[in-house]
Amino acid sequence: MSRHTLSVLVENTPGVLARISSLFSRRGFNIDSLAVGPTENPEISRMTIVVNVADSPLEQVTKQLNKLVNVIKIVILEPGQGVERELVLVKVRADPATRGQVLEAVQLFRAKVVDVAPDAVTIEATGNSEKLSALLRVLEPYGIRELVQSGMVAVGRGSRSITDRALRPVAPAR
Amino acid sequence: MPRFEDAHRKAVMNEQITGAQSLIRALECAGVDTVFGIPGGAILPAYDPLLDSQQIRHILVRHEQGAGHAAEGYAQATGRVGVCLATSGPGATNLVTPLANAHMDSVPVVAVTGQVPSGAIGSDAFQEADIRGITMPITKHSYLVTDAADIPRTIAEAFHIASTGRPGPVLVDIAKDALQARTTFDYPATVSLPGYRPVTKPHGKQIREAARLMGKAERPVLYVGGGVIKANAAAELEQLADLSQIPVVTTLMARGALPDSHPSHLGMPGMHGSVAAVAALQRADLIVSLGARFDDRVTGRLDTFAPEAKVVHADIDPAEISKNRLADVPIVGDCREIIVELVAALREDRASEADVNAAGHTVDPAGGRASAWAAWARGLAERYPLGYEIPDDGSLSPQLVIERIAAAAGPEAVYVAGVGQHQMWASQFVPYERPRAWINSGGLGTMGYAVPAAMGAQVGEPGRTVWAIDGDGCFQMTNQELATCAIERIPIKVAVINNSALGMVRQWQTLFYEGRYSNTDLPSTRIPDFAKLAEAYGCVGLRCDKPDDVDSVVAQAMEITDRPVVVDFAVHRDAMVWPMVAAGTSNDDILVARDMAPAWDREEEGQ
Repeated sequence: MSRHTLSVLVENTPGVLARISSLFSRRGFNIDSLAVGPTENPEISRMTIVVNVADSPLEQVTKQLNKLVNVIKIVILEPGQGVERELVLVKVRADPATRGQVLEAVQLFRAKVVDVAPDAVTIEATGNSEKLSALLRVLEPYGIRELVQSGMVAVGRGSRSITDRALRPVAPAR
Repeated sequence: MPRFEDAHRKAVMNEQITGAQSLIRALECAGVDTVFGIPGGAILPAYDPLLDSQQIRHILVRHEQGAGHAAEGYAQATGRVGVCLATSGPGATNLVTPLANAHMDSVPVVAVTGQVPSGAIGSDAFQEADIRGITMPITKHSYLVTDAADIPRTIAEAFHIASTGRPGPVLVDIAKDALQARTTFDYPATVSLPGYRPVTKPHGKQIREAARLMGKAERPVLYVGGGVIKANAAAELEQLADLSQIPVVTTLMARGALPDSHPSHLGMPGMHGSVAAVAALQRADLIVSLGARFDDRVTGRLDTFAPEAKVVHADIDPAEISKNRLADVPIVGDCREIIVELVAALREDRASEADVNAAGHTVDPAGGRASAWAAWARGLAERYPLGYEIPDDGSLSPQLVIERIAAAAGPEAVYVAGVGQHQMWASQFVPYERPRAWINSGGLGTMGYAVPAAMGAQVGEPGRTVWAIDGDGCFQMTNQELATCAIERIPIKVAVINNSALGMVRQWQTLFYEGRYSNTDLPSTRIPDFAKLAEAYGCVGLRCDKPDDVDSVVAQAMEITDRPVVVDFAVHRDAMVWPMVAAGTSNDDILVARDMAPAWDREEEGQ
């Protein structure tokens, strides 16, 4: 078993997320993380899906995804090939006695404070999952009151784009 | 007169019509001649313009499941897209089984359903069901249309998706207000589906590698599946078989892809396959899979299947390749194009071998051994033909009934089965000589498939005799469509192989549950009276329970061509389907009869 990151270009139509999640559950694959958003082309959305599977089920996942009519393209990002980012918003207990230490941790991780209350601060941090786990480990002793985490988004390094494919029409079969 | 046509087209395009009229016109543009369906509230607007269509015959069925299976039977008999029509809610959910069936067996079907008005969607309105959501995992694609302007494009896309690539069912759910709205009609000349581009042309390098392996294999087998029939590649397959002299097995979905009378044909592989077909695959050193998918009913226990074989796997669906069995040579493409190119590549290899031969070198290292292998397989087929025991109490053998029906109706007829023992016997004891002569529910195993599918096949092939070979259990699930057949003058013939039991389950209870027959008895020689039931439905009802009467009763049924006929064949209830590979065991453990394995030691190749 290993973690794989799939970048999936889909038509921006209703129901496409349901199709993809239903396919994962129907074929018995587990999604670790999923993020969806529009791309530079308003007709196309991009999903970043992180799955935890062995190599041969991974091939099945991509082949089955490719069979979905609304799925335009799938690219598997090998570890190290891409830039991977997640975002967390974390509300940490911080009274006047501990606030200084919490803010130091925020600085060390290049995170930022986005809200302050007398007994808590809310911190925004982005990074890859290792960095964010490290931040959370440092913050844990102060008391994490609430944590929300986005799915991972990722993009390949270099100048090549995976979204430049032409959307050509074909003659319908009768 | 292009200018006139342009003007005409413009006039048509500017004409204000309803979404319902647009739907019917779109179906006409897609080439539809027959629709099976039942009206209801949400689909009602579509039924009004349907009344005026000169091109489309609507066949009013008695249950939506019948409409779905009829569309499948029509599609499987003709190769064209079958169409069914139902209303929202229960009408749509009754199509779920046929859609799942069509998905498993790759049958091109378009199902159009009415949906509650778009404003009411999601409110649990009367007769509302999220049929697009329900059918997502059992359709190739599905649509919900809420804007009348989208109807022609959606129908064009639905037919394109259903019929191309790996065929399958497509559902188009249309909200009632979209059917009622005013719109203009423009059937698109092209479809834009950026995510749907099936690969039909195989990769040349893979073809050459496959041909090379076929040339040097010592124990090769062509493992032929339903994809060959869907690709209309039967003639090309026969060429390949003749040229290569490689033994051929045809799966349950591929019966008729190669004539059973062809000398290279070893029969059907799998759980109830012939000894020769099962053993040849098991011992093969090369399996060339053409449009087949290594189904568990074919492979038996997967880790013991064909342990020495390299695999060439050709399929139009890349997701089938290496799904169950790792392929050494994957080929994605249309089976007909693949077979044509394989034939060409084999001829090329032969020609260059001949050149080398002419130069005085010896080649064809495997040729001699490969022909010994073919002879061994042939010998196995002769020593272990399909057979059955004649019961000594004078009762009727189900296999005999099926043999005699096939003898009377011949290879040009269409044979449609339900699911169970009668289905296996019909796949074994009817000699299939042409594709599309055999229609059954293979993947999903839908009991009750036969009567409605036979109805659809008969509508699609009005000139052929259509026999539904059904079981007494199956027959009681969908026989209401006999009413449709009688009223619409669809003269199918139904042979009910009546063993008063859910026979296949009973067989498993005999073999694996010490004969504890839990809930498999159906007293169907008493209740219902099938002949009377047939008469009540306006069909001819006949009975037969003696071996000596079979031919005359079948002849009587064959003479009736203006009405459906149902023949109740009361058969011996302990007859079993053999050979058999028990579920979850290895194909090496095939039995030709109870506790009777083939004498493998005698049969070892090369002795």
